[in-house]
Amino acid sequence: MLSGVRSLFSLVIYPLQTIASIPSDTELWLDGQLNTRQLLISENEAYRTDNLLLKAQLQKFTSLQAENIRLRSLLKSSRKLSDQMLIAETIAVDLDPYKRQIVINKGQRNSIYSGQPILDAYGIMGQIIHPGVASSTAILITDPSHAIPVQINRNGLRTVLYGTGAANYLEVQNLPNNADIELGDLLITSGLGGRFPEGYPVAVVVDIKRDPGLPFASIIAEASAHLEQSREVLLVMAQENAPQLMSEQTEGTPEHGD
Amino acid sequence: MGTRPASHGGIIILVSFSVAFILTMLPIPEAYKIYRPEWITLVLIYWCMALPHRAGVFTGWTVGFLLDIHMGSLLGMHALTLSVVAYLSYKLHVRIRLYPLVQQSLIVLLLVTLSQMLVLWLKGFTGEAPGDWSYWYPSLTSMLVWPWLFYLMRAIRRLYGVN
Repeated sequence: MLSGVRSLFSLVIYPLQTIASIPSDTELWLDGQLNTRQLLISENEAYRTDNLLLKAQLQKFTSLQAENIRLRSLLKSSRKLSDQMLIAETIAVDLDPYKRQIVINKGQRNSIYSGQPILDAYGIMGQIIHPGVASSTAILITDPSHAIPVQINRNGLRTVLYGTGAANYLEVQNLPNNADIELGDLLITSGLGGRFPEGYPVAVVVDIKRDPGLPFASIIAEASAHLEQSREVLLVMAQENAPQLMSEQTEGTPEHGD
Repeated sequence: MGTRPASHGGIIILVSFSVAFILTMLPIPEAYKIYRPEWITLVLIYWCMALPHRAGVFTGWTVGFLLDIHMGSLLGMHALTLSVVAYLSYKLHVRIRLYPLVQQSLIVLLLVTLSQMLVLWLKGFTGEAPGDWSYWYPSLTSMLVWPWLFYLMRAIRRLYGVN
């Protein structure tokens, strides 16, 4: 009930937040307006090559996806493969300086729900905690009260990544000293816990200290997502697919991708 | 009490709180965030002190409630602390008005520190208490900002005849 009160009164706060973000919006707009023609042309060129590369990779991806589905059907296991996305913009306002939270300009109007994962072009950013009517608050993976189940991309070793409260840095608190983890290892979501979709990049290991006197290694990772810069964020709309997946699993029939 | 002229200028009070909210939300560089004065608490103290018949515990509660919604903190946390601040400045308003500015600033330091302490206490309950001394910087900057804010608010109050 209280979350309903919160989402309702967020409508009162929303106009103020919009006003507070005007300076940074203006800066962004001016930045766009004052670009030289030369810069725009070169940027355009870069986007075109990027687009070509990504499309080429996507071609390979479709065939890999098909192969994956075939193999999984042989193994009689199913997995959801496509996730629907919604784009939202962050509102440039400061919240509590001791938390890592952001405000986005989509809310329950756009069927945003609590616990919804958000990501940017580079990796997982966090999840929605207070969906409002027109805007929502999201908690970043670096918030000290946030934890995300991950696995090491290289060997599939599963662990949990905790936020530190410092911008961009996370820590692994419970891997033993002899665990197979190296500098530069990519940590991806494991999909355990059912909140984050599986296989998205979360962080890269940047520091490992193995103190024999301590039961666990102290491991620091840097977030892959551009947590402090991303203007556009992606919201994963996957809730309506979940029950369907469950029923398919119980029937034991493999899922066919689209 | 004698007869009081009809109170007006409620819109000015509303605007002053809106500006305080915007100053609280305004994005500033990471390194300066810990120095941001508690604008909302300061404006609340001013109105409770200058117009105790108009602003009081309820104003404090409402403003704190909205602050909770903005910050995503525990619902009612700032509502409680700002109610306490409003009550104390209401109780002390006759004295605060007579104090010289320096002494006023010290009272403001005391009130803001108290509200921060209550917030820290409540955050401790929910297990998210920040552990370093920089948490207290806003109290000091609030104290330093107070004289300027006081003169500005008084000028605005007199200009628009808020009573």
